[in-house]
Amino acid sequence: MHFDFSLLTTELSMFILGLATFVLGLVVPSRSRRGIGAFALFGLLAVLGLTVLNWDQQGVLLNGMYLVDRYAMFFKILCLSTAILVIFGSLRYVNEHLGNHFEYYSTIVFATLGMMVIASAGDFISLYLGIELMTISFIILVAFRSQDGKSLEAGIKYLLQAGLSSAVILYGFSLIYAATGTIVILEVAHATLQGQASPLLIAGMVMLVAGLGFKVSAVPFHMWSPDVYEGAPTPVTAFLAVGSKAVSFAALLRLFVAGLAGVHQQWDILVAVLAALSMIIGNLVAIPQTNIKRLLAYSSIAQAGYLLVGLVTASPAGIKAVMFYSFLYVFATVGAFTVVAVVYNKIKSDEIADYAGLVQRAPLAAAVMLICLLSMAGIPPLAGFVGKFYLFSTVVSGYLWLVYLGLIMSMISVYYYLRVVLVMFRDDPKDPAPIEMGSAANITLIITMVATIFLGIYPNPLSEVANSAAISFFLK
Amino acid sequence: MVDFALTHAWLVPLLPALAFVIIVFLTRPWPKLSGAVSIAAMFSSFVLASSVAYGVFTNPGFIERPLIYSLRWFGMEGFTVDVGVMLDPTSAMMLFMVSMVATLIQIYSTGYMHGDPQYSVFFSYLSLFAASMLGLVISSNLLQMFILWELVGLCSFLLIGFYTFKISAREAAKKAFITTRIGDFGMLLGLLFLQIIFGTLDLAGLAERVPHYEQYGISLGLLTLIAILVFIGPIGKSGQFPLHVWLPDAMEGPTPVSALIHAATMVVAGVYLVGRTLFLFSEVPGAAEVIAFIGAFTAIFAATIAITQREIKRILAYSTVSQLGYMMLALGVGSLSAGMFHLWTHAFFKALMFLGAGSVLHALHDKADVWEMGGLIKKMPITGWTFVIGGLAIAGIPPFAGFWSKDEILVVTLEYARQGHALGYLLFFLASFTALLTAFYMWRMIFLTFFGKEKPENHPHESPLSMTFPLLVLAALAAVGGLIGTPWANVWGKWIHFGHPHHGEPNYGLMFFSVALAVAGIGLAYRLYYQDEEKKLAKQLAERYQPLYKLSYHKYYIDELYQWFTRQVVDASAAVFYWFDIHVVDNIVNGLAGATKLSGQGLRYFHTGRIQTYALVFFLALLVITVVLAFGSPTLAGSMGGVHS
Repeated sequence: MHFDFSLLTTELSMFILGLATFVLGLVVPSRSRRGIGAFALFGLLAVLGLTVLNWDQQGVLLNGMYLVDRYAMFFKILCLSTAILVIFGSLRYVNEHLGNHFEYYSTIVFATLGMMVIASAGDFISLYLGIELMTISFIILVAFRSQDGKSLEAGIKYLLQAGLSSAVILYGFSLIYAATGTIVILEVAHATLQGQASPLLIAGMVMLVAGLGFKVSAVPFHMWSPDVYEGAPTPVTAFLAVGSKAVSFAALLRLFVAGLAGVHQQWDILVAVLAALSMIIGNLVAIPQTNIKRLLAYSSIAQAGYLLVGLVTASPAGIKAVMFYSFLYVFATVGAFTVVAVVYNKIKSDEIADYAGLVQRAPLAAAVMLICLLSMAGIPPLAGFVGKFYLFSTVVSGYLWLVYLGLIMSMISVYYYLRVVLVMFRDDPKDPAPIEMGSAANITLIITMVATIFLGIYPNPLSEVANSAAISFFLK
Repeated sequence: MVDFALTHAWLVPLLPALAFVIIVFLTRPWPKLSGAVSIAAMFSSFVLASSVAYGVFTNPGFIERPLIYSLRWFGMEGFTVDVGVMLDPTSAMMLFMVSMVATLIQIYSTGYMHGDPQYSVFFSYLSLFAASMLGLVISSNLLQMFILWELVGLCSFLLIGFYTFKISAREAAKKAFITTRIGDFGMLLGLLFLQIIFGTLDLAGLAERVPHYEQYGISLGLLTLIAILVFIGPIGKSGQFPLHVWLPDAMEGPTPVSALIHAATMVVAGVYLVGRTLFLFSEVPGAAEVIAFIGAFTAIFAATIAITQREIKRILAYSTVSQLGYMMLALGVGSLSAGMFHLWTHAFFKALMFLGAGSVLHALHDKADVWEMGGLIKKMPITGWTFVIGGLAIAGIPPFAGFWSKDEILVVTLEYARQGHALGYLLFFLASFTALLTAFYMWRMIFLTFFGKEKPENHPHESPLSMTFPLLVLAALAAVGGLIGTPWANVWGKWIHFGHPHHGEPNYGLMFFSVALAVAGIGLAYRLYYQDEEKKLAKQLAERYQPLYKLSYHKYYIDELYQWFTRQVVDASAAVFYWFDIHVVDNIVNGLAGATKLSGQGLRYFHTGRIQTYALVFFLALLVITVVLAFGSPTLAGSMGGVHS
């Protein structure tokens, strides 16, 4: 059988990059290890460039085990961009709070590789491999602040819960295999479209919803996320909130819209209910939070709810909306968490009350936080508005209640987002000393801010790209 | 260069917009540098605009087929918005005129605003103002135009209220913003109707579809309503009756701003919009008549106010309102050519006169009452003589610019009347009478300000070159700018027209008539305010017709009427709503908010932090879902309104 290695260029180079980063860390004397972050960064940039160049690559490996299409490329670009932004924005944080361990960078590279495998996975085995590679890397990353009890606790919680969800996902895979006799997603699609929906298939489908619902932190499988988000080192939280969530959506779309298309009428209700619950619980419980990371965790649960709305219709427009939203969500989330990280560097606190007068101490950070939060709330002309507009406009008539719910919940979200803004802009700082952030973090913040504004004002290019990727999804 | 300019016309508004960004974020601490950046950008934009104009006016193909290029702004099924550039002689002319006047005004401002602590900010606003207006001019889409239209409104608000320490300036800024917003609201409704019915807001697309409105299932009545809704925007923006009240107060801003607002930006935006959407108004005779009458009425109404005002800028402001009425009248009777021609000539002489007035105020330290001036021409020859040229132009003395455009408006109005339109002759009469009044009040102002006896308490001096240079350029244009539209060789009408170009024989009788009106007006002013050194006769007349004088001096009490209405009706109903808001709405809202917060608090306690609980919830949820799907899925689907059930 012909095996076209060129289709795996990006994954292989990521693998080499991960190994090289690791080996370099072992070889280089400890005082020069600061360069490893830069090495990983440039390596990732190179892989990103490679991925962009391979945008038009198409192909199927090993009878559908591994799919290379624009849809996968889109999510790969997304994950790589996130990894780059996260590393670039957190160089100083890593230096000061994570003991500058070189393993941090190689683990991020491997987590990213896991994400890329998920995006391209064509059967259950490769999907599971990707998920595990990503999850195990994240367990290490979450517990990386080994001297901090909270980080360790978060690591343990994530380990146990991720183990549960993996078990459930595997169980789901095996049930679907039992029902259809295949593990290749495209063949599952043929089987479900022809045959009747068997109870086994439905049970398997429910398991997958639960297992991947865990990954995207959809209610009621979200319980882990606030604790883990709070305990994990902030850059890791950002990466977890964006990268892990986005590729899990990639997997959800691949599994449900392509694979389980035949039982669409069984799962669309389920997904709609999860979407509604996530929007409600995420937004309501965010209100009383006093810790910025917990607040963002609940807001991220709510965002998962919005994204699930795009899944309900299983249409190209819905897929496009999910992709568009995931991409702009990268910038808003990384921007917000980078601010959290730089503020933490100085004041050693994640409490919202300690953000008082941030605008006087670090105007750029306050401005970026404002833009990112408003974008998450969906205020025009920022990217979040366009994203929600696309998401909600795909909903078909039967699910209009979901749109109304989404709009109401978006309104509620404005309250807790603006509460943070109020503290930052109105209150007087306890300590007026300016917060120095470092040029790398500054540049990251500016990139996220500019992207958030630009995508809001001129969404069409990204929208077209997402569109062509969404179409490639259906060309099978 | 020309090809580059044509394909890069979007740079014309972008350059000043860039200057705005640069000044705000970088050069604000250095006023001189900010001014230089602003002027450099504006001048480059002018050069580019000139090339665009050259490119357009050397290619007759653009008359019928405008050059349009656009960019998908955002799109989804059933609704797309393109933003783009539309170049035809009309927009090219505007591009050229606006960028030139804006450049001159910025040069002038370096002298006028010298030493102002907010110098950089002023230039940043001027740049943004020009950018918005230039962007509006080249818009190919009404939504794009509307956005820039609002930006123009915002800039006028910022600039009119520029002297934030003056209460009157703040009030005037609010008045301008709110009044024009009232108009914009109507316009927005009209645009929404157009989008819903015709499925596009592209000018080219609408021009194609509107004439076949019956195919889109709407009646002439609805189309008339839409046209009038759209027209409410220009009523506000272009200071037409009854939304003209903001325009005279807008002179509270620094004088260069008044010049910019009154001559090249803002107020002409309304006229331009009507010109751009003439395909809509020409379909509905009713709406066109409304425009013509509002225009003619505004013209005479403002002119009768101007004859008694005392402040130099206020007289000019009412003359602007009146001249805008002229333009609307021309568009209302269906002549894009005449309306735009007057817009063109008016831009020059009105910018000239406002800047001249600014020069006078500069010299007299903001003394504004024309009765306290006199004989200024001796000490300020450049300001004075250029002002006289402006006066000749606006009065309609050949060969100055205003004569040709005003004559053209009279010609088309007379033709309109001859075509048998009811009340067409009334329009013609109003327009002619306004011409007489215009000549009179303008020259009243000129005689009082520049001629007659010098007042000993005044110590005027000529303004610096940065201020007189723009005056000279504008004076030259006010003198010769109309020659491209003479009846013998009407280049203007050949390029800028709607429907068929106008081919009238020169109407010598009408020309003579219009010159006679102008001379009569000037003569009357000469008799009352120049020959009669004590101004006895003028005072006697004011005494004898005191009720009329007061009516005019108090601007027909329109402001008072609005104020009374606001106090009695708006405030009274506001009180009712306030009560409702406090006692009903707030309670509901607070209740809802409280309930939301409480539920947030309550739900929070689910979160114990214990991993056992989390696992329990996880599996419980899994169990519930499986059970529900296994046993109750049809009912569940039904109750949720799923489409497949």
